[in-house]
Amino acid sequence: MVTTSARKPSFREEVENLLHAEEGASLVRCIQCATCSAVCPAVEFMDHTPRQLIGLINAGMKDEVMSSNTFWTCASCYACTEKCPEGIRPADVMYALTRYSLWNDTFNRDWVAPDFTRRFTRTILRTGKSYEPGYAPAFIFEGGFGGIVSEMQMGLKLLAKGRLPLIPARIERVRNLRAMIARVLPLDGIE
Amino acid sequence: MSRYAYYPGCSLETMAATYHVSSMEVAHKLGIELEEMEDWNCCGATAYSHVDELLATVLCARNLAIAEKQGLDIVAPCNACFKNLRTTNLAIQRDADLAEHMNYALEADDLHYGGGVKVNHIMDVFVADPVLETIRRKANDRIRGLRVAPYYGCQIVRPRRPGVEPRDIDDPGYFEDLLVAAGAEPVPYPYKLRCCGAALMVTNRRAAAQMVRDLLQSAVDSGAEIIATACPLCQTNLECYQADVNRLCGTDFAMPIVYFTQLLGLALGVGVKRLGLGKELVSAKAALAGRDRTTPAK
Repeated sequence: MVTTSARKPSFREEVENLLHAEEGASLVRCIQCATCSAVCPAVEFMDHTPRQLIGLINAGMKDEVMSSNTFWTCASCYACTEKCPEGIRPADVMYALTRYSLWNDTFNRDWVAPDFTRRFTRTILRTGKSYEPGYAPAFIFEGGFGGIVSEMQMGLKLLAKGRLPLIPARIERVRNLRAMIARVLPLDGIE
Repeated sequence: MSRYAYYPGCSLETMAATYHVSSMEVAHKLGIELEEMEDWNCCGATAYSHVDELLATVLCARNLAIAEKQGLDIVAPCNACFKNLRTTNLAIQRDADLAEHMNYALEADDLHYGGGVKVNHIMDVFVADPVLETIRRKANDRIRGLRVAPYYGCQIVRPRRPGVEPRDIDDPGYFEDLLVAAGAEPVPYPYKLRCCGAALMVTNRRAAAQMVRDLLQSAVDSGAEIIATACPLCQTNLECYQADVNRLCGTDFAMPIVYFTQLLGLALGVGVKRLGLGKELVSAKAALAGRDRTTPAK
């Protein structure tokens, strides 16, 4: 029997809908045991621990979740995902939240990570390959004067060792790659 | 002779060129043919997953289709490329709707993916049964007794899908086995599976610097003379940013970080230059000098 419902999806359901190809258990399974927070190597730099964030999602506290830096501070090491006793995949939940924040334009403009992601995405749309020096503007001023000096020193050393490319690489069939991507997502949404 | 479709990944053309040349040298010594994939594209790293799951999937689907056209299984040296190609492959293989969607996209590049490719990390190839024995037989004394911290990184073992891989991911030992076969002495390295910070080095320097500091300290405490890595991002964070870590954390590390293929190459008699040794920012010369029986240290 087909049932129709006009009910608006909850925030948790919205987040889970962004994990369409993943196999993780629903966030309602979370028992708040904090194993994910305990094994996370970046937890002390997060506004909320992964456990807290999942709790906030389940409680529907969307504004609090979306203004948290937690999901942009995940390094994708998947330690949490291996250890969750309930089969939730917290690292993939972090990805779902970055998607949500990019597509809904809710991210904090002071954060480096969303800008870095956009630069990276555009670079590959243009050339088919990643080009490390192209991402420098995203972060070079974040470290203050000491950071700039240190970054330049490293760049010069890498250059001297022949490890820094001056010209970005490019695949031959960029046009076809773009056509492929356009069959999955509207290009103007990501460019 | 075994042949593979070789997927170098973007870093191996730039910052990690030494990983590429040393992989090629070692494969050659072992009679393994790495045939570079035709017109491969970026795996999307973490950025594409940050934007959209299907977007991340389509990038890897193209590479899988190119390998299938070559009729070969994939070998990827980078942990992140390996994880992206591998998880995409498993997703396409188990989800017919996703496969159909991807093949609709692949048509735009005259490609099709039938799900017939296996994705290997390059280390998998060297620890596979007959190859490991060949290394043990051929290894010289060049790195004999060298105390190496085997740094696996994250995405070489995680995330694993239950039932798909029998390998122990909590405490794997195959990297250590490989180092022993080559004559080195792997030290017990408690942080061998802990994250290097990955792209946080760009987006949250303080967090990444602290993560790298912990990894370096753990290696020092383990008595390691050198850290061997299997991933260009790990190598870059641990080595190129080591000076920045010292600056931010008030430490004084001078730990050389090399690719495991560079050590294997030495053990198999490949020259220092051909392995790209000497291009590191934290010199490995002193650590490797004491055992140099083929080329005198300059």
